[in-house]
Amino acid sequence: MNAPTDNGSRRDTAFTFSIDGVELRAYPGQTIMEAADAAGIYIPRLCDHEGLRHQGSCRVCTVKVGGRSVSACTQPASPGQNVEAETPHLAKLRRDLVEMLFHEGNHFCPICEASGNCELQAMAYRLEMTAPSRFPYLEPNRDVDASHRDIALDTNRCISCGRCIRASQDVDGKGLFGYVGRGIRRRVSVNGADLAHTDASIDDHAFSPEVCPVGCIIRKNEGFTIPIGERRFDHGLIGHDIEDKRK
Amino acid sequence: MSSSPQSPQQVVDAVSAICAQFSNDRHRMLDILLKVQGAYRCISPEAMEIIARQLGLTRIAVEGVASFYSFLSLAPKGRVTIRLCDDIIDRFAGLDAVVRVFESKLGIKMGETSADGAFSLETTPCIGMCDQAPAALINDAVATRLTAEKAGQICDALLAGTPPAAVVLSGSDELPAVERARRMVDNNIRHAGAVLLGPVPADAGLKNAAAMTPSQIISSIEDSGLRGCGGAGFVTGRKWRMAASGQAEKRFIMCNADEGEPGTFKDRVLLTERPHLLIEGMTIAARAIGAREGILYLRGEYAYLLPVLETVLAEQRANGRLGKAILGVRNYDFDIRVQLGAGAYVCGEEGALLNSCEGLPGEPKTRPPYPVTSGYLGYPTVINNVETFCHAARILDKGSQWFFGMGVDGSHGTKLFSVCGDCLNPGIYELPYGHSITELLELVGGEDASAVQVGGPSGTMIGRDSFHRKLSFDDLATGGAIIIFNGSRNILEIVDYYMSFFVHESCGYCTPCRVGNVLLQKAIGKFRKGLASQEDIAQLRDLSATIIETSRCGLGVTSPNPVLTSLKSFPLIYSAVSKPTQDGRQATFDIQSAIDGARHIAKRRSYIFDKDFSQ
Repeated sequence: MNAPTDNGSRRDTAFTFSIDGVELRAYPGQTIMEAADAAGIYIPRLCDHEGLRHQGSCRVCTVKVGGRSVSACTQPASPGQNVEAETPHLAKLRRDLVEMLFHEGNHFCPICEASGNCELQAMAYRLEMTAPSRFPYLEPNRDVDASHRDIALDTNRCISCGRCIRASQDVDGKGLFGYVGRGIRRRVSVNGADLAHTDASIDDHAFSPEVCPVGCIIRKNEGFTIPIGERRFDHGLIGHDIEDKRK
Repeated sequence: MSSSPQSPQQVVDAVSAICAQFSNDRHRMLDILLKVQGAYRCISPEAMEIIARQLGLTRIAVEGVASFYSFLSLAPKGRVTIRLCDDIIDRFAGLDAVVRVFESKLGIKMGETSADGAFSLETTPCIGMCDQAPAALINDAVATRLTAEKAGQICDALLAGTPPAAVVLSGSDELPAVERARRMVDNNIRHAGAVLLGPVPADAGLKNAAAMTPSQIISSIEDSGLRGCGGAGFVTGRKWRMAASGQAEKRFIMCNADEGEPGTFKDRVLLTERPHLLIEGMTIAARAIGAREGILYLRGEYAYLLPVLETVLAEQRANGRLGKAILGVRNYDFDIRVQLGAGAYVCGEEGALLNSCEGLPGEPKTRPPYPVTSGYLGYPTVINNVETFCHAARILDKGSQWFFGMGVDGSHGTKLFSVCGDCLNPGIYELPYGHSITELLELVGGEDASAVQVGGPSGTMIGRDSFHRKLSFDDLATGGAIIIFNGSRNILEIVDYYMSFFVHESCGYCTPCRVGNVLLQKAIGKFRKGLASQEDIAQLRDLSATIIETSRCGLGVTSPNPVLTSLKSFPLIYSAVSKPTQDGRQATFDIQSAIDGARHIAKRRSYIFDKDFSQ
């Protein structure tokens, strides 16, 4: 969204702003997060994913600009602004949000195939969500859609990030997924009676392992091919790939 | 209407015809869905497929819209749908007894549809009739001041096959639209002020505006000090100036008549009593920013006012007050269409209102961009509340200084207050800004109030120690709702209800509002059950702060207000029902209820905690 298209003029119009005192460069139309990513500053996020439209719904990327809360993935960077992105207070807000997501769905890490690859779990580790939670669990009880030959959907583990929706719509051009309902009953649903009644294919970008951040979209027949201990976030905290750019 | 079953092909033809009526324009999805709902009492999977095909969308995109709005249904509804308003005011006014009569007479429970498809019975949040509660919508007709007896009569008439409009108002179809609306719903104007509810000459503002340049019009609005009357209080002149600046192929004027804040009904009164003034205000705004098209977004609950507005719009077109060359001025072209909503409080948020008008689920848009630069279909759009447009028309008639001179510093002119709850004279009061709550309570006969909810649930709950505070943007801001509670009312019940309202009305887009409000309501439930400790009070504040700081739109930012403001005004109520924490252990922890689930799963009692265990 709002990505600069006129590459020729980009250099001329570049400006600087700062995140937690670090000065960085941005171009008109870039969001705070895009500029931060390019500069090797990681701002935690769940609903945002490289190559997909920004949605700004999980709010984990909340940062402060002039005392106001904004989502870094949708807020355009502007010249001279000072962004607070990594303060104890913001870490606390993010922890609360991640906790809410854990309580909204059924996230039983020990029995989940996504454990170790799961961004929600990894985010909880990064944000040091260690204390027992104060919230009640909402314990959804939705049917698992295992109708498709290669793919199963367990929306009880969905965090409503909508990455599959955008991937299918914008990358695959299929529109297999969409949100239905409102409020706490809002959920991701498929464009048909069930997944088998859609033109879903395991080769769609929407079903590639990195699109679903949790264990909601399950690729059948490949469970535990990578053993626990050798998975994506067993090697480092979520966001280290971006932070490594700075080193 | 489909009284006899249609063949699949007939359904395809009929639904396609509805789509064609709106030029197969996907932006008119809400109109299409409302028509389909009207004809078939639901949006069936087949209908969604047909609509998707006609509009070039996926079925899931259609379902996303159809499943968002409360007044649209995926499962078949009765031919007559009775929606009882279950606002806290209706509950306090005897809703329970009315519900019992409807349930027993119609033979269905709340939330059910009768087997013969004749009736559906459900509850709905505030329908804007708190001054005559309990109230209900029977299809589009409004029944007010319900009692068990009146409910019985209504059921009898409905069961005898009387059409809903005739049930609530006999001979209604012979009356002109405005008269019908006035008789169906009392507008209870208790105090007419100088600006809106006193005598208003026709077209006076419009005639002046037609002789002025756009910039002069905006200047006079700026000079008047007018601020938005929907609740947020943005400076109207500045909004118009921003929308008028810069290059744009088109611009739009949009009127927000989606007043859904519980306890608010001032726009209902203006739409019935001052529709010409509203249209005049919108037409003036159109000249100010250079718009040729306007949309009036009318909340679904006010569908009974649609004929009033359509009649007045037709009249104004015939009189040269709308259409081409208004008042004979070249290039002064402007017309308005009414967009009916379908039961979603969040559509009062301007981005959600835009999305709703564009045929999408009523979720707020990502900001920036703001509507003044990128609004309806991406064009600069001024969105103002009904009352704001009415004020604007009067300012153009009487001058900015006249308006500026009323009220107090920072809050100029008059404001409509819709007063309801425990008082002698609920209704509409037009007063200059700056009156104290005490003064207002004297005026309305609510002197024994012990709590006043200013601005509805998203506003502020105050107690007697704050009744000296003044109604203005800088002290007690309100979109108009003043809800009065006397000492017999349970504050926690009110707070619990208001949280359930926000849970029901959250669009669900962002995490804190979707999940956080549910958790907050559950936390209040703990207090009501006597299971809370002092620590829970701190947690209420903590959770509220996170919701406020991280929510994406005004709904989430204000939804914890019932909790926070009642905590501030009535801390003793919370302390009184919470138990102290002992030795780091919660005194409120109840082992018996905690192991109940385990007992159920194990199908036996506990070896340790059930003393009389024997098996």
